[in-house]
Amino acid sequence: MASLRLLLAKPWIWSFIGALLVWLATIAFTGGYGGGGMITAALSLAVFTVIVGVGQMFVITLGPGNVDLSLPANIGLASAVAMKVMDGNDSMIVVGLLAALACGMAIGAANYLLIWALRIPPIIATLSASFIIQSIDISYGRGLQIKPPPGFASFTNWQILGIPVLAILTVLFSIGAAIALQRMIYGRSVLAIGQNIRAAWLAGVNVGRIRFLTYTLSGALGGLDGALLAGYFRGANVDIGNEYLLASIAVVVIGGTSVAGGKANVPGVWGAALFLVLLLTMLNTFGVSAGVRLLLTGMIIVGVITAAGGQKALR
Amino acid sequence: MTAAPAETGLKGSSERGRLARARLLRGLLPAMSLVLVLLAIAWLNPRAISYFGFSLMLNLAIPIALATIAQMFVIAGNELDLSIGTFVGFVGCVTATWLKDAPLVGALILLGSICVYALLGALIYLRNLPSIVVTLGMSFAWQGLAILILPKPGGKAPDWLLSLMAFKPPFIPFPIIAALLIAAVVHFGLMRTSYGVILRGSGGNAAALSRAGWSLLKTKVVLFALAGLFGVLSGMALIGITTSADANIGNGYTLLAIAGVILGGGEFVGGRVSPIGAVIGALTLALAASPLLTFMHIPPDWQVAANGAILIIVLAARVLISRRER
Repeated sequence: MASLRLLLAKPWIWSFIGALLVWLATIAFTGGYGGGGMITAALSLAVFTVIVGVGQMFVITLGPGNVDLSLPANIGLASAVAMKVMDGNDSMIVVGLLAALACGMAIGAANYLLIWALRIPPIIATLSASFIIQSIDISYGRGLQIKPPPGFASFTNWQILGIPVLAILTVLFSIGAAIALQRMIYGRSVLAIGQNIRAAWLAGVNVGRIRFLTYTLSGALGGLDGALLAGYFRGANVDIGNEYLLASIAVVVIGGTSVAGGKANVPGVWGAALFLVLLLTMLNTFGVSAGVRLLLTGMIIVGVITAAGGQKALR
Repeated sequence: MTAAPAETGLKGSSERGRLARARLLRGLLPAMSLVLVLLAIAWLNPRAISYFGFSLMLNLAIPIALATIAQMFVIAGNELDLSIGTFVGFVGCVTATWLKDAPLVGALILLGSICVYALLGALIYLRNLPSIVVTLGMSFAWQGLAILILPKPGGKAPDWLLSLMAFKPPFIPFPIIAALLIAAVVHFGLMRTSYGVILRGSGGNAAALSRAGWSLLKTKVVLFALAGLFGVLSGMALIGITTSADANIGNGYTLLAIAGVILGGGEFVGGRVSPIGAVIGALTLALAASPLLTFMHIPPDWQVAANGAILIIVLAARVLISRRER
C-alpha cells in the first residue's frame, strides 16, 4: 500500500496510466483484437519521439525560456545528410550515422553560440537558427531521392518477439539518460541551473559549459533521430521532422517535467510518448475524421495537464 | 565635506543621462530596423516606394500586426500562446463560411471563441498550469475545428469585409493607416490607462499586485480575452485580403507573432512589452519576409534563411545597445 502511494506520487506515473487507459479503451472497442500489434506499433513510433524528447527535456530543465525550436529543421537536415553519406551502401551505415550525429551536434553548438554571443532568448535564437537550417536542407537535399541501405532499413524495422529492437536500444539509452540526469555531475548541474541559475553559478557550476553541452546534446539527439527516421520511413525528407516540434515539447511536459525548469524525469517522456502514439491509434481505430482527431488530441492534452497540473508556475 | 556628495551627484546625473540615452536608443531600435529595411528596399527598387508599392508590399501586414498584438497581450502576463496561429486559421474558416452565410451564427461563434480564450486564462491561473502546454493543446483543437468547418480550402469572405480591406484612402495606403490606428489604440489602452498599468504589472510583479488588492484572476482573463479578440480581428483581416480560407492558413503566425513582439522590444518576462514596437516589429517582418528578399534576388531556397538572418542581425544590434545600458 505504501509502495503504491509512493508510486502514485511520482510525477511520471500519470502518463503511463493515461497510455494504459487509452490502450484498454481501444482493445475494448476492437473486442481484444490487435492489442499486441498495437503495442508493437506504438513502441516503434514512440522511439522517435522519445529520442528528441529526452534532448528537449534536458534543454527545458535549464529553466524558463529554454526550449529548442530547431529540432524539426535539424531532423530534416540530418536525415538528408545521413542518406547522402550512406548512399544506399551497407558498409557506410556507421559513417552515415556519425555524420548525422556530427551535423546535429554542430547545429546544437551553433544554437548555443547564438544564445551566448548575442544574448538572445533561446526561443528566438533556435527559431532563427531553424530558418537557416531549413534553407540549407532545402538547398542541400534538393531532389534527394536516396533510399537507405537495405541493412539500415531492416535494422530500424527489426523486431524480436514483437518488440522492436530500436525500442530496446532506446530503453537502454533512456536508462543512461536517467542516470546522467539524477546521478551524474552533468545532470545535477542541469537541474541546479534550472532551479536557480545564479545560485548554481555561485556554487561553482560552470553554467556556460553545462548549457553548451545541453544544447549540443539536444542537437546530437535530433541528428540521430533524423537518420533513424530516414531509415524507418525509407528516405529523407525536408518535412520529416515537422511533427516533432510540438511532440517533443508535449512529451516532456505531459511526462511531468516542469516547464519552469529544475525538475525533470526520464520515464515520463516514455509514458507520454506512448500515450500520444496510442491516442492517435485509438482515434484512428474509432474511425474519426482528421478534424475530430486533432480536436480530441488537443482537448485530451489540455485535460491531462489540467488533471495533473497544479505545479508551481513556470515562465 | 560638501565636495564629495556634489561630485557623486554630478557623476550620478551623467550616469543617468547615459542610461537614458541608451534606453532611448533601445526604444528607437525597432523603428530603426524598420527604416533600415525600408532604405534597403528603396535602394534596390525605388519604384516600390510609392502608394501602390506600399499597398502591395504591406498587404499582409495588417493580419500579422493584429496577431502580434494578440501575442503581446499574452506575453505581457508572462505567458506564451502557441495556438494563436491555428486560432487565426480557425477564425478565417468561420469568417469564410458562417459569417458569410449566417452572419448572426458566425458572430456568435467568434464571440464564443473569445470566451474560450478568456476561460483558458482563468484555467491557467486557477490550476497554475504552464501556458505553453495548454496553448499547445489548444493549437490542435483549433486546427481540428478549422478542418471540421472547412475540410477543403474554399469559402468566401463576406462582401462588407472585402470592401473594407480593399479600401483605398487618398495619399496614404490603407495598411499604413490601419497599422497606425492599431498601434495608437493599443498603446493608449495598455500604456496610458490605469488598468493597462495593472495588466502589465501582473507580468512585472504579480505578488505585489495581488497584495495591493488586485485580482490576478481578472488580469489573466482580461489579457487572454484581449488576445482572443485580436486573434479574431487578425483572422477576419486575413480573409478580407485572401478572399477565401484554408484550415492551415494561419499556421505560420504563431512563431511570426512571437518574433514580432521580441523584434518590437518586448521581453518574455516582466510585463515589458510595447504595442507600438510590436506593430513596427510585425511590419518589419512582413517587409523583410518577401518584398525585400525578392528585390535582393535571393533564390527561393535561401529566402527562409535570409529571414532568420535578419532576425539575428536585429537582435544582435539590440544586444550591442543594451550592453551600454548596463
